[in-house]
Amino acid sequence: MTNSLPETVLALLPFYPLISFLLLIGFGKRLSWHMAAILSVGSMALSAISSFVVINQLSVQSPILTVHLWNWFELGLEGSLTAKINISFYLDGLSAVMISVVSGIGLLIHIFAAAYMKEDENFTRFMAYMNLFIVAMLILVLADNLVLLYLGWEGVGLCSFLLIGFWYQEKANVLAARKAFIVTRVGDTAMAIGLFMLFKELGQFNINALTENANMLWTVGDDAPYWIALLLLGGAVGKSAQLPLQTWLPDAMAGPTPVSALIHAATMVTAGVYLIARMNGIFLLAPEVMNYVAWLGATTLLLAGIAALAQNDIKRVLAYSTMSQIGYMMLSLGAGAFSAGVFHLMTHAFFKALLFLTAGAIILALHHQQNLFKMGGLLKRLPFETALFAIGLVCLMALPGSSGFFSKEAIIAQLWSSNTAGPMLWYCAIFGALLTSIYSCRLFFLAFMGEKRFDHELQPSSSKLLKLSLIALAVLSLIGGIFANTIELSLSAVFPSIEPLNLDEPHWLHSVAIAAPFVGILFSWFYFSNYRGSNKENYQDNPSALVLFCRLGLGFDRLYDLLLVKPYCYLARLNKNDLFDQLIMLNAWYVGICHDVLKSSQTGKLRWYAAAIGLATLLLLLTLNIESFSLEAS
Amino acid sequence: MSITLVMSSLFFGGALAWYIEGVKAQSARWIALLTVIIVGFYFVISITTAGLDFSSLQTLVRLSWISSFNIEYALAVDYLSLVLVLLTLFLAVICVLVSWQEIQTKTGFYYFNLLAAIAGIIGVFTAVDMFLFFFFWEVMLLPMTALIAIWGHENRHFAAIKFFIFTQVSSLLMLVAIIAMATIHFQQRGQVSFFYQDWLTLNLPLSTSLYLMLGFFIAFAVKLPSVPVHSWLPDAHTQAPTAGSVLLAGVLLKTGAYGLIRFVLHLFPQASMEFAPIAATLGVVSILYGAKMAFAQQDFKRLVAYSSISHMGFVMLALFSFNAIAYQGAVLTLVAHGLSSAALFALAGMVYSRIHSRDLGHMGGFWQTAPRMGGFALAFAAAAFGLPGLANFVAEFFSLVGAYQRFPLLTILAAFGLVGSAIYGMVLFQSAFQGKEANRGESSKVDDLSKRELLVFSSLLALLILIGFYPNIVLMFFQDTGQTLVLTNTAGGQ
Repeated sequence: MTNSLPETVLALLPFYPLISFLLLIGFGKRLSWHMAAILSVGSMALSAISSFVVINQLSVQSPILTVHLWNWFELGLEGSLTAKINISFYLDGLSAVMISVVSGIGLLIHIFAAAYMKEDENFTRFMAYMNLFIVAMLILVLADNLVLLYLGWEGVGLCSFLLIGFWYQEKANVLAARKAFIVTRVGDTAMAIGLFMLFKELGQFNINALTENANMLWTVGDDAPYWIALLLLGGAVGKSAQLPLQTWLPDAMAGPTPVSALIHAATMVTAGVYLIARMNGIFLLAPEVMNYVAWLGATTLLLAGIAALAQNDIKRVLAYSTMSQIGYMMLSLGAGAFSAGVFHLMTHAFFKALLFLTAGAIILALHHQQNLFKMGGLLKRLPFETALFAIGLVCLMALPGSSGFFSKEAIIAQLWSSNTAGPMLWYCAIFGALLTSIYSCRLFFLAFMGEKRFDHELQPSSSKLLKLSLIALAVLSLIGGIFANTIELSLSAVFPSIEPLNLDEPHWLHSVAIAAPFVGILFSWFYFSNYRGSNKENYQDNPSALVLFCRLGLGFDRLYDLLLVKPYCYLARLNKNDLFDQLIMLNAWYVGICHDVLKSSQTGKLRWYAAAIGLATLLLLLTLNIESFSLEAS
Repeated sequence: MSITLVMSSLFFGGALAWYIEGVKAQSARWIALLTVIIVGFYFVISITTAGLDFSSLQTLVRLSWISSFNIEYALAVDYLSLVLVLLTLFLAVICVLVSWQEIQTKTGFYYFNLLAAIAGIIGVFTAVDMFLFFFFWEVMLLPMTALIAIWGHENRHFAAIKFFIFTQVSSLLMLVAIIAMATIHFQQRGQVSFFYQDWLTLNLPLSTSLYLMLGFFIAFAVKLPSVPVHSWLPDAHTQAPTAGSVLLAGVLLKTGAYGLIRFVLHLFPQASMEFAPIAATLGVVSILYGAKMAFAQQDFKRLVAYSSISHMGFVMLALFSFNAIAYQGAVLTLVAHGLSSAALFALAGMVYSRIHSRDLGHMGGFWQTAPRMGGFALAFAAAAFGLPGLANFVAEFFSLVGAYQRFPLLTILAAFGLVGSAIYGMVLFQSAFQGKEANRGESSKVDDLSKRELLVFSSLLALLILIGFYPNIVLMFFQDTGQTLVLTNTAGGQ
């Protein structure tokens, strides 16, 4: 290989987990827990170290590192031109942020998972899937062209499917996995159509060349970038669980908790955000679509926040909260604040992974109890987990000083005078922050305060691995803010700077934004005061119709069921026997009828035959006579 | 190189197997396996050493057969036929391997029929005298019908008859068109000719060629199959023995696509241009209708059969888009679908041999005891729904990217086939391998793959992955032909 060292490191970076995956699948249960854990975690560590090495190679002078592996295929254009689709990796500031999140957080979650899933009889299979997921995710973020990105995109979808349905014997898990795959596939299809359109217009799939050509050929507001951006957005909302394709995410919590942390919080669900950030060249040519992105993000963030208020399952609260935080990222992208959105992606990966994993540790200690109304009083009994969870919640609420604060404030600050957002969206974001702190407090009160409401003895895990990864995540969540400048700097080369409108920003904007979560906490302190109390009567979970409606995801599931699933299944059942086949079989039926009629005339009775012959002769004679008469007459 | 030798050794190898089985039981399968492997090696060696440029048709044999009508025994190959013959020979090995335990009655005669059908299929892919082509078209039909009618499942006679009548009726139209073409040649050149290359030089008025084209088109559309003439396929597939299904899906359907490329598009470029919107629409309808019907099935093999219809719709759409990329996509779909559907039918056969049912309702939870089988099943289902990294994705991608250049709206509709295929793929995989173990009484434990089955699956999957990541091993042969095809057709259209 003639590549330089950093290029070689980059080329190999995604493939260590692949080797581990192959070994784990190949040897299966013959591997001991130690072997399997060392393999899977070790390969992740190699990837993480490689990421660290290559990211350090990037500098202001050489902000990009590329490596070409092999030519995948070529698409012939007119004349002798071809568009080469390569298996090539492209590392710039944006993909650097992504690979550090994917391999760094991935490593910590792998360590956690090795301890968490130790007792599961299919441990090797689980770690193999996790490894495969990392491979696909790294390819997704490193791809230098959209087809390779699509490969990673579908790959993470498949792994997500496999991991949601990991405990495949439960019908509910199987259905959740199917739903996740098919719903995201709808988005993927939109994205695929977007790709076809891009290729027809630009004859390219290479991301940089696309951006360049697009800027040369199109002007802001053209039809082509509008439709292409809209279709790519379709892919993004599917993967990132935004309206209207968000319904799969809460059900995806059926998977083991490390999966929820890795795939459905930290990495895969942010792929949509990455896609839009990566294709910012196209999106900036379609300001209307940017506006849609912002509004979609805002709507999702509010609806998901409301739904989170009504959940009784700790993981589902976190799932809706993920949706709502990704809504922030979308809102930020839509407002043109790309760096802020990507920064929030990173801090969110820290604290949401922490929240999910801590929730996992708590669920494990409670013998797989996930119902918030059956928890309570954990503050005294699980102080370590409580502290970690509190740290996560502080970041989620974006209290000053925490990592979430830096990223969320960066987003909110740019909304008011953005070209494609505006004051309305700013209000939405503030209201969202209020909702976030309210559902966070409700969660905290229900789970950790008040009296204990569970019957079994607690069984907290004493695994060092588990604690180690949790502490590392907690530290990252707390100090994540210090990366702000580095990230800002490395992303400034990727995203064009956008001049904001010259609006007069009221001077109270920042103070309101900072105050919003505190108002939420204050409100919850009194509103949910009974959740803090010791009266067990207050914890009866008898939801009103409205709460139930919110808990079930605001009716989207029922709507889609009515509009799409039921008709499709009905049509399938209706036409089970294939209409075309039945039309064709009519011929066979007709021939059969003729056969029966003629057969019935073959009675074997001589009298019948004689009579038939006589009758036929008579008829024949008659017709002949008539003919001869008519001949004579003429 | 000699295709004749390939075909005759397959035929006589089959005959030998039939004879030997009477002498010593259980030996027919070894004879059959050896025959297909030796023939396969011979074919690969002879094409690599042939030193011919197969980017255009290379005539290998041309002998007079029925001289009064100027009918010849003429064989020719180009890359298209070579790739399809290679696919056929590879799947022949798979067919013998999947029949290994399954066939217990009239074993010798079974392998004779199997090899005869394969010989006939190779003849179809290589004949360039149209009479000879028609002859082989019928030759491959008879042993295939016998395979279904004798070794099939419970409803085999019905399925065999349906299969036979469908193909017969449609090939009758082709026969009429062939004779008409020969007559036209007589009128224009003063001599009857069935030779394909002669026909290429004919000048046909558009109205005539439209009718003649339709004669060929219908025959090939039935074979492909395309909605609305597809309904023989689910029955034939369901009732056929495993190797029969593998052969049907893997290569027999491809003769339809081959015919479309070789005859419909090349002989009647202008007429097919005129007809393209209708054909492309039929393709899209097949994609969507096939996917929807596949979802509705309870029978494992029926589900896969309908998925074949859906995939062949991509071929139809791509071919009639007259685009170099789409053309490559169509050819690649033939190979990819040949491998993946063969794998799925082989899987169906293995499941059937364990639980004696094809009903998805009787399946479930196989992963518990058969994780290897589950892994492979997932991979093949993923191939069917076009997961990138496997051959089918590249094929579909090429087809759709190319087709979009010409029929944007139809292609957008066709893209929804991606959702449809995900739905039936998930249903197939999940209802068989996930969920609780269905209560099947005493035989509830499903064994994992045997070594022989492992060999079948891993070779198929290896090829799918290889082509998925390095499609150039197939596509490099079709860079130029795709271009010329488009050029002749656009020239014809103007």
